[in-house]
Parts: sequence; structure tokens; C-alpha cells
Amino acid sequence: MKKTSKRVIPGFGVSMGVTLSIVSIVVLIPLASLVVFTAQLSFKEIIQTITRDRVLASFRVSFLTALIASVINAVMGVILAWVLVRYKFPLKRLLDGMIELPFALPTAVAGIALTSLTTNNGLIGGFFDKFGIKIAYTRIGITVALVFIGIPFVVRTVQPILEKLDPAYEEAAGVLGASRTKIFWKVIFPEIRPAVLTGFGLAFGRCIGEYGSVVFIAGNQPFETEITPLIIMSELQEYDYASATAIALVMLIAAFLILFITNLIQARSAKILKGGM
Amino acid sequence: MHEETTGSKIVKWILIGISVLFVVLMLLLPLITVIAEALKSGWDTYISAVADEYTVKAVLLTVEATVCAVLINTVFGVFAAWAVTKFHFKGKKVLTTLIDVPVTVSPIIAGLIFVLTFGRQSAIYPLLESLDIKIVFAVPGIVLATIFVTFPFISRELIPVLEAQGTDEEEAAALMGAGGLTIFRKITFPHIKWAFLYGVVLCAARAMGEFGAVSVLSGHLRGKTNTLPLHVEILFNEFKYVPAFAVSSILVIMAVIILIIRSVIEYRGKKDT
Repeated sequence: MKKTSKRVIPGFGVSMGVTLSIVSIVVLIPLASLVVFTAQLSFKEIIQTITRDRVLASFRVSFLTALIASVINAVMGVILAWVLVRYKFPLKRLLDGMIELPFALPTAVAGIALTSLTTNNGLIGGFFDKFGIKIAYTRIGITVALVFIGIPFVVRTVQPILEKLDPAYEEAAGVLGASRTKIFWKVIFPEIRPAVLTGFGLAFGRCIGEYGSVVFIAGNQPFETEITPLIIMSELQEYDYASATAIALVMLIAAFLILFITNLIQARSAKILKGGM
Repeated sequence: MHEETTGSKIVKWILIGISVLFVVLMLLLPLITVIAEALKSGWDTYISAVADEYTVKAVLLTVEATVCAVLINTVFGVFAAWAVTKFHFKGKKVLTTLIDVPVTVSPIIAGLIFVLTFGRQSAIYPLLESLDIKIVFAVPGIVLATIFVTFPFISRELIPVLEAQGTDEEEAAALMGAGGLTIFRKITFPHIKWAFLYGVVLCAARAMGEFGAVSVLSGHLRGKTNTLPLHVEILFNEFKYVPAFAVSSILVIMAVIILIIRSVIEYRGKKDT
């Protein structure tokens, strides 16, 4: 064998064996059972399930709120990353550490905390109620929860790219007389765009499937504030596995599409990070 | 650095202001809310909610699931990272994609997948039943779901570090006759120490807080298959707000501890390299 010369390092057999067995038990067999179960469903059945009015409405709610939340996250994420990389100010390290909170705080806890803040009796909800804006139990509430969940994704993808950016280009543009806004849009933004899109994609993918933080704040009104993961959950509670799987398939395809596109963009972003522009 | 003009100074403080406002409103306020609501009716109510029999059982189950997830994913992460970065083989891309699948699917779908695998309509259900093994709506299901949702957390941290390090040192050691374990302990592990700890912390954080997937597989039997986040849900839905927030405060404290450990690890790791 030609390959053996490359494998002077021991442990190929053991490490592959352990890796493949665990992957099979944890990921492969469960995924296969999903495929097997799906194959038993008729195509007509699947289409009928996913085109029910209530399901279609939930796709709309999930997609729209995730999209708006991810756009907000993209904008806020760039601002936060910029502030954390470019400026010095007191308590900056604390601010930087706080960004990670949505990864560390259980979603259910975030959900009930945001709900109690944004109901009419809550601190934030009470303020907006004066202007007739309701947050909890509306789509705005869902969006708020998703902004919470998604923000670290954008900040943490944009931050390293901004750190790598050579200020020489900006200085050159400045010397040549470009205004600050022009420098940002013409010099800086093109460099961080792939990272912003990657962060947007990661946040969007996460938001579409999010359940824990949303169920409490959403109010779960059919057609109004019922998200797709919740519909799957209720089908499961009624032991209607066929419907649950059919709806889950749509979400899986959407999630893989988002992941695929994000990976394409990320590959380009990784090139920049390695310095090979 | 640039010369700061008055204009750029104003922009700077406006942007810092926006950032601070966002973090305070979106991230800090929810944390404070949990603590404030938990202590609203005084210490005694707080203590009795936290020391409640079902809360203690939920804590124990959460710890059990978290420990299992960290252990399995550690074993997996180390072996997988070793296999992926030290050797060339066909299908590497397929393997790394499979490892990443769990974090890309919705937690609810993760739960659904395990219900389909081990539930009543599954082909292996009769076998499990004859062996008297319960997975769905039982503790093993919760543990499996927790392992699934945190699956790539440790390998994902290790692989890039090992990739950047290359294989030269290990090859040299192997040629000089060192065994696999010695190579790992003496050469590889010092390189991945901080990345490994970082992965463990992320894994533990996600494992203790997992809600959706565990919720599908739990069946919500109080005292039996209730983890802390599920216990919070039940209390909140029963309008027992103070106990719900009291139980949440345990998770908030754990989250804050995790954040602190995380920044220490990141700081030490940067210093080392």
C-alpha cells in the first residue's frame, strides 16, 4: 500500500473506529430512521399536510420573524463588532463577554425573562404600551426573542475579520480625501461583507428552528403567532408522527439550504482571514 | 491609530452608546429580571422554591445529562479530531458534514428524529420492549437528545487547532518509537488544552440549557424526566412565576459562571500562544 508510508502516526484504526461508531449511533442511525419513516409516507400525504392553511401560516410567521430578526442582528452585529474592535472605552471587556450570554443562558430562561419584561406590566412592555405597541404575544415579541438568540452569531463572525483588516487602506483613502462614510462603504464594508452574510446565515438558520425562547413570548395564536417548530411539537404530542415528519422535512430542507449557502460564503470569508485576498 | 477629529469622536460615542444600550436592554435586563422576580416575595419563598423536592430532582437530572454529554462528546471529539487531522482518508468531508448535522437542525426536529428511531412505530421498538429498555419519555432519551444537540461542540474546537499544528511533531515522535498515548499526552494535548477546555465549557452550557429536543423526548414526568429548563416551563405555565424565576436563577448563576470561565480560558489561551 502506498498510503502506509504516510501513516507513521499510530492510532488510525482506533480513532476511526471510535469516531465512526459514535457518529453512527448518535447521528447516522437516527437520520436513517427519519429517511425510512419518510419513505413510508405518500407524496400526496406530505403535500396535503404541508399545505394546510395553519401550517402555511406558521411557515410565514417563522420565516418572516427570523428574517427581520436576522437583518436587525446583521446591522447591530456590525455596530457591536466595530465598537469592540476599533474603540477603547471603560468596561469594554465586560461588554465583549456579555455578547456570549445567549450561548450560555438556557433558551427557556431567556424566554420567560423576555416575556415578563415585555408584557404590559413589564418594564419595557409598559413603556411601549403607552404608545399602543404590544410586544409580548405578538410577532414583535417573537422577533425580540430571535434577536436575543441570534446576536452572537454575527458579532463573532465579523469581529475577527475586522481585527485582521489593515488600516493602511483606510488611511490611504482618507489621505486621498474620501469622507468617513465613503471609506466605510467603499473600503471596509466590501471586506467584511462575506463575514456579515455568514453571520446573517448562521443567525437565520438558528432562528428558523428556535423553540425554547419563542414559545413563551409568542402567545402561540394559530395563524398569528404560531411558529413552525411549535406545530411540529403539537403534532408530536398528538402522536401524529406522519404530519410532524412532513412539516419537519420542509424545515430540514430550508435549514440545509441556508447552511449550504452560508458555507459557500464562509469559504470565501476564510480566505480573507488567512490573508490570501 | 487615526487622528481623532471632533466628528469622528461624536460618531464613536454614538456607536458606543447604541451598543451599550442594546446590550443593556437585550442581554443585561433579562438577567436582572430573573433575579429580581425570583426574590420578589422574599428569601424564604426563594429558598423553598429552590429547595423544593422536584427542583432538586430536576437539578440532578440536568447534571446527569450534562455530565454524560460532556463525557461522550469529549471521547468523540478527541478521537474524531485525531482521525480527521492526522490522517488522510476517503470520505473525510462526508464525516465532518455528518458531525455538524446536529447543530443545524431545529431542536424540535432532533427530538422528532429520536422519537422515530426509538418510539412505538420504530422497527426496533419490539426488541427494546422485550429487553425492557425505555428510551422515549425516559431518562436515556433525554441523555441521548442532550448528546445529539451538543455533538460537534468539542471536536469543532479541536479540529482547527490540530489542523494548524500539522503532523510533523507527531510523526517525528512516532519515528522515534513513541506510542500513540504518549504522543497524545506529551505532544498533542498541550497544543489543544485551551481549545479543549473551551469546547467542554460550550458543551456544558448548551447541555444544561437544552430545551426543545429534551422537551420532545421527556414526557414531562415531574420528578422523573424533568430537567431544570423543563421544570421552569411547567412552573411558568402554571402561573407560578416566583418559583419559575427562582429555579431559573440557578441556571442564570450557572450561565454567568460559564461566561466567566469562558473569558478566563480565552485570555489564558491567547497568552499561551
